[in-house]
Parts: sequence; C-alpha cells; structure tokens
Amino acid sequence: MSAYVAPLKDIRFVLNELAGLAQIAKFPGYEEATPDTTDAILEEASKFASEVLDPLNYSGDQEGSKWDQGAVTTPKGFKDAYRRYVEGGWGALPVAAEWGGQGLPRLVATPVEEMWCSANMSFSLCPMLTQGALHALELRGSAELQKTFLPKMASGEWTGTMNLTEPQAGSDLALLRTRAEPKGDHYLISGQKIFITFGEHDYTENIVHLVLARTPDAPEGVKGISLFVVPKYLVHADGSLGARNGAKCVSIEHKLGIHASPTAVMAFEEAIGYLVGEENRGLEYMFIMMNAARFAVGLEGVAIAERAFQRALAYAKDRVQGRDLAAGGKAVPIIRHPDVRRMLMLMKSQAEAMRALAYVTAAALDTAQRHPDRGVRQQTQALVDLLVPVVKGWCTETGIEVASLGVQVHGGMGFIEETGAAQHYRDARITTIYEGTTGIQANDLVGRKIAREGGATAKALLEELRTFDGELAKSASADIQALRAALAKGVKAVAESVDFILAHAGKDPRVAFAGAVPFLKMMGIVCGGWQMARAALVAERKLAAQEGDASFCSAKIATARFFGDHVLSQAAGLRDAVVNGSGAVMALSEEQFLAA
Amino acid sequence: MKVLVPVKRVVDYNVKVRVKADGTGVETANVKMSMNPFDEIALEEAIRLREAGVATEVVAVSCGVPACQETLRTALAIGADRAILVASDAELQPLAVAKLLKAVCAKENPQLVILGKQAIDDDANQTGQMLAALLGWAQATFASKVQVAEGRAQVTREVDGGLDTISVKLPAVITTDLRLNEPRYVTLPNIMKAKKKPLETLQPDALGVDVAPRLKTLKVTEPPKRQAGVKVPDARTLVEKLRNEAKVI
Repeated sequence: MSAYVAPLKDIRFVLNELAGLAQIAKFPGYEEATPDTTDAILEEASKFASEVLDPLNYSGDQEGSKWDQGAVTTPKGFKDAYRRYVEGGWGALPVAAEWGGQGLPRLVATPVEEMWCSANMSFSLCPMLTQGALHALELRGSAELQKTFLPKMASGEWTGTMNLTEPQAGSDLALLRTRAEPKGDHYLISGQKIFITFGEHDYTENIVHLVLARTPDAPEGVKGISLFVVPKYLVHADGSLGARNGAKCVSIEHKLGIHASPTAVMAFEEAIGYLVGEENRGLEYMFIMMNAARFAVGLEGVAIAERAFQRALAYAKDRVQGRDLAAGGKAVPIIRHPDVRRMLMLMKSQAEAMRALAYVTAAALDTAQRHPDRGVRQQTQALVDLLVPVVKGWCTETGIEVASLGVQVHGGMGFIEETGAAQHYRDARITTIYEGTTGIQANDLVGRKIAREGGATAKALLEELRTFDGELAKSASADIQALRAALAKGVKAVAESVDFILAHAGKDPRVAFAGAVPFLKMMGIVCGGWQMARAALVAERKLAAQEGDASFCSAKIATARFFGDHVLSQAAGLRDAVVNGSGAVMALSEEQFLAA
Repeated sequence: MKVLVPVKRVVDYNVKVRVKADGTGVETANVKMSMNPFDEIALEEAIRLREAGVATEVVAVSCGVPACQETLRTALAIGADRAILVASDAELQPLAVAKLLKAVCAKENPQLVILGKQAIDDDANQTGQMLAALLGWAQATFASKVQVAEGRAQVTREVDGGLDTISVKLPAVITTDLRLNEPRYVTLPNIMKAKKKPLETLQPDALGVDVAPRLKTLKVTEPPKRQAGVKVPDARTLVEKLRNEAKVI
C-alpha cells in the first residue's frame, strides 16, 4: 500500500507564488510567518503526517472506534498519535499567543491541516473541531470562560466539540429543542444531540462541548437559540477537574466512512452549562465561525483528492496489464494507457486547482482580518464570503469525484478494501454533507452572496478575471493561449449565469435556486481555472528565467492546459443547466416522479 | 560539558538518487535535502545528555554551502543551543571536513564530539576517525549505547561479531550507529524558537584550513541493473553453478 508523501513542491509554489505568503507575513502579528519558518514548519508537519498519522489510516478504518457503557475507545495507535500531536504543539499553531498559541496565519495553518487530513482524515477531525470550539470561545466567551478553557484547548490537553444537530433539527436549526434552564450563575442543559464528532473519546481527561439550546422564554425559531459551554468534567477554580457533568455519550454511529472518528449521540441530563455571550444569539455566533468551519471542510476535499491521487498513481505505475497502444510488445504498467493517464490527469489537475483556490482563499481570510487598510479588509471580506461556499461545495464534490476516479484507476482492486482506494471514497462522502450540504452552500452562494447584494462582489471578481485575460494575452505559450480561451468561455458562462440569477432571484427564487448547485460548480471550475492560469504564467516566467525546478514548471503548464481542456470546458454546459434548465427541475408533479 | 555535533546536509533518504547526465556526480538540483540520518541520531544523543544534566551545551556545526543553514536551523529546532556554519562552496572531502572540525574544536573546546558514523550520500565512514586522529583524542565508533560519567564515556559498539563495550577517556569522538536512539519529532514551539538561536558563520581561510580535494572523482555511474535470477533444480546444480559460473567457491 502506497505511503502518503506531502506534495511540498506544489504546496510551496502555491503559498509563495499564488497566495502571496510574503505579503501575509507583513501584516501585524504575522511577522513570524516568514517563508523560511513556514518551510521548516511544512517539513516537520509533513514528517509527522507521513510517519505518525498515515500508518494508522487504514488500520483505523478497519478497526473503527468502539463504544462500551458510555466510553469510547479509538482504534489502536490513535491515542498515542494524539499525545504526540499535543507534545508537538501542533494544536496551537493558529491560536493567539495570549492562550499559548503561535498566532500563525490561516495561510500557514492551511497546508498543515491539509497534510493531517490527507494522511488520516479521521484523526484530523478532532483537532479541527477543537479549533472551531476554541474560536467560538475566543470570540464571544467571557474572560472567565476563556481563562478556564482556552489554554488547555490550545495545547490540545482538552478537546472541543460542536453540538448543533438534533434528530429533528439538521440543516434546519430553527427546529432544535434542547433546553437550558437558568440556575444561579449557570444553566442546566437537557436534550439529545446527534452526529457529534469526537463527542466522546479516550484521548484526553476532559472534553469541552459547545451546545446550542433554548432558554425557557426564548423566542421561536433561530432567534431563540443560545450557545453554552458544557464540559465533560466540571472545572474547579484552580483548574483541577471536579465532578462528572451530565453530558453522556449514549452510542456512536455506524457510518459509511471516517470509521476511526467516533460520531457520538450525546444525552444531556441537567448538565451544567455556561452561557457564551448573550442569550438568543447562539446562531449568530455560529455564523461568525461558519466561514472558518466551512473552509476547513472544503480543505478536506483537497486533502482527500491528493491522497486518492497519490494512491492511484502508485498503483498505475505498478500494475502491469495490456500492451502499449503504439509500441506493442510485452504488457506494460497501466499508466502508459491513455485513459488511465486521463484519469490521473483529472485527479492531479483538479487537486492542484482546488489547492490553489483554497490557499488563495486562506490568504484572503488573513487579509480580511489583518490588512492595515479598513477598505481592503471589507472588500476582501466580501470576496471571502463569496468564495467560502465555493471552496466548501466545489472542493468536496470534486474530492468525491477524484476519490471515485481513484477507485476506477485500481479497477477491480479498487472495489476491494485492501488497496485503500475505497476508503478514500467512503471517507470523502461525508464532506459534501456536514457543515452544510452542497445544496446549502449553493443556496448561500446564490441567495446571500449574490442576489442579496445585487451581484456586486461576483461582478467585481468577473472584472478581475477579464483584466487577468490581458496578462494571459501576453504569453507566447500555445498551452497558455488554449487555457486562456477556455477561461474566457468560463468567465462568459459565469457572467451570463449571474445575470440570470439576478434577474430571477427576486420574482421567482425557485428558478434561481434550481440551478444553484450547477452554478456553484461552475464558479469552482472557473475560479480553479483562474488559479491554474496564474500558476501557468508563473511557471512560464520561471522557465524563461531558468529559475527553480524546470520539471515542476513544465508539468504545471501542461497540467493547467489539461484543466482548461477537460475541466474548464464544462463551464459552458453548466451555464446551460443554470439558464435553460431550471424549468425542467420543477416541472414534474410529486406524483409524476415514480413511474411504477 | 560542551558537546559538538557535526551535521551534514545530504539528499533526503526517501529520494531515489540519480546520477548526473555527464557522470560527474549525483543530481542534487531541485532534490529534497535533509540532515544525514546518522547525524540526527548523534544530535538526539547529545540533547539527551544535556537533558540528563551530563552536558551543558550542544553546538551543531555544518560545513558546506549556504543552504546548510537550513540543516542547522533544523538542528536548532531539534534542540541544539547554537550553530556554526563553516561556509564553503568547494567540494569537501572527509579529510577536509575533519580538518575544519579540528579547527572548530580548537575554538570551542568541547569534551565530546558526536557525529554520524557515515553520511548516506557518499557512505565514506571516515570523518569521525580522521577527526579523532587529528585531535589525538580517543574514538568510539558505531555506538549503540553511550554512558558518560567521571571524565569517561562507556560506549557499546556494534561490530561484526556482536557488541563491543569500551571505555574511553574524554575528550573523545563518538560516531553513532542506527540503533543508538530514535530521534524525536521536532515540536512547533521549538521550530519557532530556533529562529532566535545564534547561528555563526566561519570561513575555512580564517580557520587556517586548506580544503582543496585530495581525491579526484573520475566518473560516477549507476550500478548495473540486476539480472533476473534462475531457479535451480537441486543443491548439486547450485554448488556446480557457484563453482563454475559465479566462481565464488
């Protein structure tokens, strides 16, 4: 079984040439994130990912987490790996220095998180959720809550969870019922929560649950939801652990993938909880963190695509089957066959395009936070808001597609668990569902991010792409010119779709929303193509200047060209689905669906 | 007690080494470079001695091109207290490195030099021994266990016949074998701290060392591809083939 090797050459290229790491490192508080230091961090993180996390990925999937009498045992080796993760100080990477973190930018955390997830997606979820819970407390927790919980969560000594979903309240949190009765300086939380990632485990002595619940006199719907901290063990004033709180894991789910990650059903029985921020503003706080959380899941799509690609590549070089179409003779490794090549190129080019878009978005997240100019911050924030549903929706949908291609490259062996190809496909499958399904992302994109502001940010982005066309026009490379033509068609498709959405969102939103997912995919493809074109221009310049790695640069140009012909070309078809196809989406009566 | 740990920048052990098209050496352009794994073990041992209170300071030293600074930063992130780069763009052969290290020892006065028994690029296995000879110090090579007490080091060495335990008087040179320890993973806080630790650069001229190569490389080639094996029907045929074809018995 092939081992994970972090694609450090591509990661560095994207960080430095496309996402502008040097620029981010100039922002106040990010001075430590110099290219040298970032390089050292990437090297060591890649070692940890390959040597500690990757070897547990397959066994973790086979063994799975186990529940017994309220306790959860993670698969063999996971607890030890987590201990080493904590010793390495990795959990504190993006956390503010105030809480014992390194305060590094999102752009540096992003490749590191990609590596954790490529090596072992199940493992990476616990740190990710801890990061989310920590972030919520950092933004809205009282000074006392912060002092009690943040340092231990930053170090990773305690982990965090997010308790949102209930059996009747999934995508629609307005329906949630968990109660919070005020009692002195705290609340008593009662209710059931499901799908709680790492809601119970054997890694740490304490778990910090963030729980959405309603106070007795709260208004109906989403405006009556409050956010609470509910630790598994209560914490004394001196930081030592007290009594076991009434937050119990009553079972864990049997799932399609991410078997090593325990997905808990949590029963809260008058559990002591502390209010975060103000009553009834819980969902609003969740929304503040939503960009970071959705971005993190989008990155999982990138990570799984990379891992599935590497595994398929290793197999395609090794598996001998069929003769070379041109040369004939003896049977050859299947990588020599054009269709296998096509699949590998689809995997590689999309993984690279997604990585580029994700990292550029991470840089935008940092810029929106730390740029000294308020105007730039606001403008970049609007871009982030537009791109995050695209990164989440497109990278996860494509991650599944790439993992599916990975199975296909393996042929029959891909359908057999031993090769590990199937695991990536199963693991990837959750990414388009949790943290808002692709449908939710697409509705967010079409409704909140485009229609609500009259398409201002989307149009500004289109304008930037048209300006960029001028740069592409200067290139003498035939590959880049082909890519330029494909990108121009993609830009046209997006522009026409945006106009269509704006024309219909007001008077008949169903028409606009029927094409929301095809539109989201088109945005992903065109933005990904834009980044690949930028990459190709940089590679062309480096080749001309005889600077850097010539083999990497020529591969980058060829890969970008492939993306233009095979992926960007889909944008025009998706435009037709958006503009012409919405009528048919809603045409059938509910009775007409089944032709039995 | 000060411990000096020489570290060499080599092609990463995961990289498949390729010979340059013109046969003058091994391709290193755009190839991942790392600290020689045996040196990493040496550094780990030195840091453990410091953590045990036996050593007081660990100084990492590397001889070579400016990029060796990256290797030294790694050494600092693993836990060395400071680092010295002896900067040279010339090809440095084991004898030249041993002379440079001798000069550094004269400046630093370490009680112990711990280094890898060999580097995985040229596998020369010479620098430690040459350094000990030039310094006139005791040497304990191929260490799989090191204990330092009362001005002596007791070293278990891996030799062909098994294990050989010797006691050497300090100052001494120890070269490390694979099983001496398992190097730690670098922690994020230590990566961040490494930036602020001192890294000094010295010039071979200033150390009074002539680094000119004494050996000339005529040609570097890839090893011949292995031929496919044959199955022999019985032991008699095997012996016959070993005697008459392979001519080894």
